[in-house]
Amino acid sequence: MTTNKRGFIQSVWDFFCSLKLSISLLILLAATSVIGTIIPQSPPREYLETISQAKIKLYSALGFFDMYHSWWFILLLYLLTVNLVACSVKRLPRVWKFISEPTLVFDAGLEKTLSLTHEFKMQGDAASLKEKMAAFLKGEFTAPVVTEVDGEYHLFAQKTPYCRLAVYVVHFSIIIIFIGALLGSFFGYKAYVQIAEGTSTSMVYKRGDEKPLDVGFSVKCEKFSVSFYDTGAPKEFKSILTILENGQPVPGYENRRVVVNSPLTYKGITFYQSSYGPAGDGAVYFLTVRDKKGGEPTKIVARKDEKIPLPGGGSVQVLEATEDVKPFLPQFSGPAIRMSYAPAKGEAQAVVLLRDYPDFDQQRGGDQVFVYTGANEKFYTGLQVAKDPGVWVVWSGCALMVLGIIIAFFFSHKRIWIRTGNGRVTIGGTASKNQPAFQLFFDGLADKLKKM
Amino acid sequence: MTSSMLFNVVTLTYMVSMLIFFAFLATKNKTIGLTASCAAYFGFIVQTTAIILRWKESYEAGRGHAPLTNLYESVIFFSWTIILIYALIEIKYKYRVVGAFVVPFALLGMAWAQLGLESHIEPLVPALQSNWLLYHVITCFLGYAAFAVACGISIMYLIKDWLEGTSGDAQAGGIIAMFPSIKILDDLNYKAIMIGFPLLTLGIITGAAWANYAWGTYWSWDPKETWSLIVWFIYAAFLHARITRGWVGRRAAILSVVGFAATIFCYLGVNLFLSGLHSYGGGGK
Ligand code: HEM
Repeated sequence: MTTNKRGFIQSVWDFFCSLKLSISLLILLAATSVIGTIIPQSPPREYLETISQAKIKLYSALGFFDMYHSWWFILLLYLLTVNLVACSVKRLPRVWKFISEPTLVFDAGLEKTLSLTHEFKMQGDAASLKEKMAAFLKGEFTAPVVTEVDGEYHLFAQKTPYCRLAVYVVHFSIIIIFIGALLGSFFGYKAYVQIAEGTSTSMVYKRGDEKPLDVGFSVKCEKFSVSFYDTGAPKEFKSILTILENGQPVPGYENRRVVVNSPLTYKGITFYQSSYGPAGDGAVYFLTVRDKKGGEPTKIVARKDEKIPLPGGGSVQVLEATEDVKPFLPQFSGPAIRMSYAPAKGEAQAVVLLRDYPDFDQQRGGDQVFVYTGANEKFYTGLQVAKDPGVWVVWSGCALMVLGIIIAFFFSHKRIWIRTGNGRVTIGGTASKNQPAFQLFFDGLADKLKKM
Repeated sequence: MTSSMLFNVVTLTYMVSMLIFFAFLATKNKTIGLTASCAAYFGFIVQTTAIILRWKESYEAGRGHAPLTNLYESVIFFSWTIILIYALIEIKYKYRVVGAFVVPFALLGMAWAQLGLESHIEPLVPALQSNWLLYHVITCFLGYAAFAVACGISIMYLIKDWLEGTSGDAQAGGIIAMFPSIKILDDLNYKAIMIGFPLLTLGIITGAAWANYAWGTYWSWDPKETWSLIVWFIYAAFLHARITRGWVGRRAAILSVVGFAATIFCYLGVNLFLSGLHSYGGGGK
């Protein structure tokens, strides 16, 4: 019974220590990850309407709509972690011993396992040859450790043994990254907030959560602006933000410029420029109107869709506005409005006004000439809000990983043994990486020995 | 002289280089081999000049950004990095014939860019205005290029393995006698992936760092991100497979080809077939 039990535990342990499991898990993770790139994650209703009920049922049951957080995907990640830890627990002590207690004696058994060995006849007894070889190794490689066994001397020298630990650094770094991610998901959050120009708020909205969250200080949007390239493509989305504590601006956090790729962090909470739109009651448009025959222009202040009476009868109504007219009228650029103009007599008509071309409306040839002088449009700025105390843990893990991979790949543990007997020298060597390069070095050493 | 004209010269040069490489395979003449790689290096120098010229042109057009921002520019850069990694491997390990299987990848990229892609210099949208773009794109593409070279080597491996297997004797004659031995091809495959894996790792990390800096999430399982992770998993499996007995050689070569297919899907397929958020506009609700 107990042996059975021990046998079972042993086989579970062996299962988790096996590299076959690692390879299977890595391939399984790669294969299953594809699913979530094909089936939309947290899909919108429009998508759900295009697939059958049976499919929806099946996909939901399998967690395909939030695949990367489904129980089975998380399970795979846990298995990977257990596999990693088990493998390390099993191998690390061995590797450590291998490094700290190297094989000092170059006996026949060791010699057989090495692919690179040479034997020479040389003048001298074992002790004097030992001195010579020690000096040789010190000059050409590194100082050796000498052991005497039965009148023969065994010299052992090694370089960069610790690079054998690098793969464990890589594996450890993966666990650090997981810890960082967990810290972020337990103690951090992602949220979103819209702030209209000139207003402030301390409430942000977590994803999928109706209730707002108080961040403990206020953010004021002083101004938001968009600029465009001459092609009409956006050039910059810019918010000017001020942080307020108890209604007072915080020194150093006044009128801070926040653009995409340049966020603002205060008390561990970071605000990222994310979107924008027209705020609340919208813009105010400034126009002038004068008679075709001359005379002083009259100023008009209009809100969108508001009917404004004109001097001498008739009315105008601003229908829509744009920051850049180029997509509609390719030969022009700059802000424009389109309005409905109802003259005192006659049909209502659509009129387009361009701010940067004040004479534009004269070409229409109407009795009244309009000029669009500008708008005072209010925007809101949309900010992503993120708090992630785990992010530095993640970056540390990443740095360790890159460092570990480079050491694991491009450094090599090189070992050389020399045995001296009376009138005879045997040399052997091995390297953990890049054996061909080490062979060149080793053959060079052997050549030098031959000439001694 | 415009960069576009120079890129045409580059395409032609890679085409000539590839043909000379094929002649090299057929004749086994060393001089022809040297000519083939010299042609490839000449193309590389012209390409480097052209990329710098395009960078300058972008400043003259008032755009002012590195030529790494649209598909046209990235395909050209990809083909440049492939020749770069090939040069590193040829100079270090002296296996010229690998070029016959690598230069075609670079030629394919150049031909596609010159014949099929829009080459206008566009201004940078806000999401791309970051130095992280440079670090991210350069590390990713150097990694991809190393995988392309590994794939070329693995195809050589599979051809040689197959022909030697069917003809029964270990040293089949003909073209494949030119190939390095099976053992060396296996080792070269591993070496190319040893270059590519750290670069891809850095590419994924710089991408995550950039995403975190631009919108506050270092990982959001966007299809492009996920596919880069898939590629990473495949090559991690490759590295571990090599330590396990029975996975060296043919299976490693197949895994390397599969890895590169996934790499290409990550680079092109995701944009063509899957809907992603790999540009500005993720904000809002
Ligand atoms: C299931 C989890 C994993 C296990 C159990 C595992 C286990 C191992 C083992 C036993 C080795 C050989 C060490 C030696 O040579 O003594 C190794 C090597 C290595 N592992 Fe992992 N590993 C895992 C996941 C990963 C992942 C996800 C990476 C990604 C970076 C990775 C990167 C490496 C590298 C770079 C090497 C060195 C390979 C070489 O030198 O060619 N491992 N791993």
